[in-house]
Amino acid sequence: MKDQACIVGIGETKYLRGEGSGMTLLGLQLQAATRAIADAGLKNSQIDGIMPFPTLGTAEAFAANLGCVNLRFAVTIHMGGASPVASLESAALAVTSGAADYVLIPAGWNGYSSARARQTVSQDVSSLPGGTIARDYYLPYGLTAPPQWYSLMARRHMHEYGTKAEQLGAIALAMRKHAQLNPNAVMRGRAMTMDDYLASPMLADPYRLFDCCLETDGAAALVVTSVERARDLKKKPAYIMSVAAGQPYPADEFTNRKDIFRTGLTIAAPEAFARAGVTPKDVDFAQIYDCFTFEVLQQIEEVGFCKRGEGGAFVEGGRIELGGELPVNTHGGLLSEAHVLGMNHIVEAVRQLRGVAGERQVKDAEIGVVTGWGDFGDGSIAILRR
Amino acid sequence: MSESATGYTKPLPVLEGFSKDFYAFCKQGELRFQRCKSCGAWRHMPREMCAECGSWEWEWAKSSGRGEVFTWTVVNRALHPAFRDSVPLAPVIVELEEGVRLLSEVQGCTPEELKIGMPVEVVFDEVTPEISLPKFRRCVR
Repeated sequence: MKDQACIVGIGETKYLRGEGSGMTLLGLQLQAATRAIADAGLKNSQIDGIMPFPTLGTAEAFAANLGCVNLRFAVTIHMGGASPVASLESAALAVTSGAADYVLIPAGWNGYSSARARQTVSQDVSSLPGGTIARDYYLPYGLTAPPQWYSLMARRHMHEYGTKAEQLGAIALAMRKHAQLNPNAVMRGRAMTMDDYLASPMLADPYRLFDCCLETDGAAALVVTSVERARDLKKKPAYIMSVAAGQPYPADEFTNRKDIFRTGLTIAAPEAFARAGVTPKDVDFAQIYDCFTFEVLQQIEEVGFCKRGEGGAFVEGGRIELGGELPVNTHGGLLSEAHVLGMNHIVEAVRQLRGVAGERQVKDAEIGVVTGWGDFGDGSIAILRR
Repeated sequence: MSESATGYTKPLPVLEGFSKDFYAFCKQGELRFQRCKSCGAWRHMPREMCAECGSWEWEWAKSSGRGEVFTWTVVNRALHPAFRDSVPLAPVIVELEEGVRLLSEVQGCTPEELKIGMPVEVVFDEVTPEISLPKFRRCVR
C-alpha cells in the first residue's frame, strides 16, 4: 500500500470560541467538507466514500447534503480521537482496492458553544469509553473525565522517570508559540510564559489548566484518493507512506494494564515505520494528538523519537519548536489552535508537505508523522511524504 | 435505587452481572476478585474468561485487602456535577497484594499526604443501604 494513496484535498472552518460557530453540527462539518472537496478540484457528487467521526454524523446525512449519488463506502472507525488518523488506513485501502474512488473524512463539533467536551460524561454507558466498567468502577469515585484518567498515568511517569512539571510546560509553551504564527489559531495573540503555565490552576494534579486542550467550535476534512486519480487533480498530493492503528491492552480499562505506558501507539508505530521503510530520524515534523501535555510526551516516546523515560528531556530546550530537531504541532495543536479531534493535525501535515504553511513552514519538509490518541489510549499513526 | 431516600447523589455502580456479585461481597465486608481455577491468575475487572489461559472456570477469591498506592491524582475542579461539592477529591489506583489494581480513594488522608507506594488496607464505605464502596486507609506494612 505504500505511496499508493494520497490526501488531495484539505478544508477547515474558522476555529472559534466566544459566540461559537452559529452552525449545526452537520452544517459545520459540511462547510469543512465542501472546502476540502473544492481544494481537491472535485465536485461534491464525485465523493463515493465517507468516513464520519464516531457519534458526530452519519454518512447518509453527509451524502444527502453533498449529493453523493454513488456512495459505496461508508465506514466509521471507533477509536475516539485516534479515529481520523486511523481512518486514513481504511480510506487508503478503499481507494487502492476499488471500493471507492474519492473518500471524504470529516470531523468537527461545536465543542465550545454546544455541550462542552468536558460535559460529555454521564451514566449513559454508550458514551463512555470502557462502558459499564467506567460506570461501575470509575465513576463512583469521581473519576469521570479524560484529564483525570490521564493524570493518573502522568503521575506514574513522573514517579518512574522523574518527569517534571516544567517539562509538561515546555510542551504547552511550544504549542502556544506555534499558534502565534497561525491566523486560525484560537490562542493567537495570547503568548504564554513558563510562569503563566505554572501559575495556571491545578485541575487534576499534575494537570494544570494549560496542560489541557481547548474546547472550540470548528471542523476539518480531507479527501483521499489513489495515486493514479491524484495525477489528474490540481493540488500537490500528500502521499500516504503508511498508516497503522493499535489498541492498548486491555483497551476497555486502564488501571490493570501490566505496563501502564504501553498504548495503542506502542504497537502501531513500529509497524508504520516498517511499512513506510523509514525511521523516526527521517521525520521532519510531527503533529501529535495533544489532548493533554503528557500524552504528547508519552507518544513521542512510544513513536520512538526517544526512549521511554527520556521524553521529559526531549521536549526541553526548544527541541519540539519550529527550528528545533523535531517541530511538533506546528499549527498549535489541540492545546493552542483548536480541538478538532485531531483532523486539524492531518490538515496541518498536508499543508507542511505542500510547502504552504507560511510563517510556520518547516523548511524542506519532506516526511511528516501524524498521530491520533483516543479513549483509554487507542493509538494511530500516519507517515506522510510530499 | 434509593438515592433520594438516602440523600446520596453521586453516581453508583449498577448492580447487574459481575458487578452485582462484586458489590454484594463488598456489602458483606469482603473484597473479592475473580481468580482463575485453572491457572490461578487473579483478575480485575471481572471478565467471562481467563485472558491468561483461556479457562472459563473461576471463583470469587478473597483478597487480603492490603496493598499500596500505585498512582494518584487530585481533582480540584469536578467535571461531573455530582462531585462539584466534593473537591478536592483524590482518586487513586491501589495495587493489591494479589497483583490486581482497584480504582478507589484513600480515606483520612489529605491530598498532600498521598504518595506512591503508601501502604493501605481496604475499608468499606456504606454509601447507601444497598451499596458499600471499597475504599482504603493508611496502614503499616
